[in-house]
Amino acid sequence: MYPPEILIEATLNGLMTGAIYALIALGLTLIYGVLHIINFAHGALLTCAMFAVWGSSVWLGIDPYAAMPVVVPLMFALGYLLQRWVIGPASHGDDNNVLLVTLGLSIILENALLAVFRSDTRTLDTAYSFQVVAVGPLLLSSPRLIGCAVTLAVTGLLWVLLNRTDTGRAIRAVAKEQLGARLVGIEVEHIYAVTFGIGCACLGVAACLLMPTFYVNPRSGAAFVLVAFTVVVLGGMGSIAGALIGGLLIGVMESISSLYLGDSLGQIGIFLVFILVLLLRPRGLFGARA
Amino acid sequence: MTAREVLPHLIATALLACLPFLGISNTALNFLIVVLITALAAQGWNILGGFGGQYSFGHAAFFGTGAYTTAILQVQFGWGAWPGFLLGVFAGTLTGFVIGFLSFRANLRGSYFALVTLAFAEVCRIVANAIGITGGAAGLLLGLRPGFTHLQFTDRRIFFLLATALVGIALVVSRWIESSRFGAQLIAVRENEEAAKAVGVNALHVKLGAIMISAAMTAAAGCLYVQNFLYIDANVAYGTWISIEALLAPIVGGVGTAFGPLAGALCLGALGELTKLFADGVPGIDLVLFGIALILIIALAPQGLIGLVRRLWARRARRAPFLKEA
Repeated sequence: MYPPEILIEATLNGLMTGAIYALIALGLTLIYGVLHIINFAHGALLTCAMFAVWGSSVWLGIDPYAAMPVVVPLMFALGYLLQRWVIGPASHGDDNNVLLVTLGLSIILENALLAVFRSDTRTLDTAYSFQVVAVGPLLLSSPRLIGCAVTLAVTGLLWVLLNRTDTGRAIRAVAKEQLGARLVGIEVEHIYAVTFGIGCACLGVAACLLMPTFYVNPRSGAAFVLVAFTVVVLGGMGSIAGALIGGLLIGVMESISSLYLGDSLGQIGIFLVFILVLLLRPRGLFGARA
Repeated sequence: MTAREVLPHLIATALLACLPFLGISNTALNFLIVVLITALAAQGWNILGGFGGQYSFGHAAFFGTGAYTTAILQVQFGWGAWPGFLLGVFAGTLTGFVIGFLSFRANLRGSYFALVTLAFAEVCRIVANAIGITGGAAGLLLGLRPGFTHLQFTDRRIFFLLATALVGIALVVSRWIESSRFGAQLIAVRENEEAAKAVGVNALHVKLGAIMISAAMTAAAGCLYVQNFLYIDANVAYGTWISIEALLAPIVGGVGTAFGPLAGALCLGALGELTKLFADGVPGIDLVLFGIALILIIALAPQGLIGLVRRLWARRARRAPFLKEA
């Protein structure tokens, strides 16, 4: 058995990693909840955002956190355009086609990045990358604490956007009743693309939060995407609160299980949870419908 | 199924079998062998995905199980290659049954089925990477032992013929599915599962049958892969790319047609070689083109290249008498 301090520290670290998972899953679950599609390109889009942050830091000297106002709108625009001009028209409204088109997109993005940047792994050195905050006997990494705080803020913003603005009302209308929304004059294709854009914007935020402590290579988004799917499935497809809680749960679980099983087998816990939830409770913990 | 119905498939197999005797180079032969292995894995995917409409994103689970079973039996237990091959196919089929039983019983469809198969393949990959019998991360190396009993041939043409024979069998099985009662039920489940159930089709049994045939073919491709390269590790055997290739070829070639996977594998293979010719040394360019091809096919030719050719053919046939009148 480990002493309690180590377990508490592992739990807190898990919560902080989980916050980033939650942020990535937030985009995925929003897209699922409104468009009812699984976005396989989510991981590759995250990699794109991470490279954008890396590039702006290395070439333009912009701090990763300061890059947020640039990267987030860029990701929104990319997402909007992809849904409006590629995914929407190419898939003819068929679910299996959406899966395949987003898979195709992820192959294109990932390998285009590979062709340009090769498979080298890159990191950013910032003054605060290894800064820690002492809380009693525990040392917590400050970039990851910031990550936690920003995730909560983004979740709050998203909630306000969905519940208090006209665009949010339109998004919820389309999610609930596509035809009815069209009949009252909502341009469904536009709302779809906006939602996809918001999902990608979440990735932009996640990339800015990740880069001070994480590395990037053309495949690094893929490492997150299955975790994000797990979070979404666990929290219930389309549920925002579910994504937040699911992300934190998965983060803690990963951290604790790699403490006991080692890094290579620690990952397996996530996939087993994923499979078990899908098989036994596909609605997830907070999902409304299967 | 009558003899006439499988005639085109047998002729195509025979034509393929003639290829190595036209004096092509060993390099070309090696390329074609890889294409055939991909085609076989894709033919397996097409049974479940094409005819059954259940899109699996984790066919690597079957490919890898076939490959590892063959390799482990030979390396760790000193078995011969042929029984190893047969048991590899059997183990793959069993994996198909288990995954199918769990996910179809839980009524997973569409995206959910795709995700769960992907997760199963990932679990296999992590386990194979971590345990000892698979050689862990170092993988397994089959010694070079040429000879019929070891299924290794100094003459590449014999191995090519073996691969062709398996692809030929898969072609005939696919054709059988097109015209059999089982196939009709499978297609009914694809088109509308509730309606199929209402007329008395046991959807669970039909889908289980499909995933087992599908897994057997893909596992056979895995066995062939090991015998061809004499090496296997977890990132190849259970890697995502195998799962993607297995679905890419049928979608590009023509999903739910007997010839689709073979046509798709040939075209994608040729596309890959062509890009290597023009953009050598740039990693990933060929895969970018594969991704573009996938999206273009779905957007413009949902029936794949086979469907495209058929459509153009039909248009020409319609236009011909009109031209004569003019």
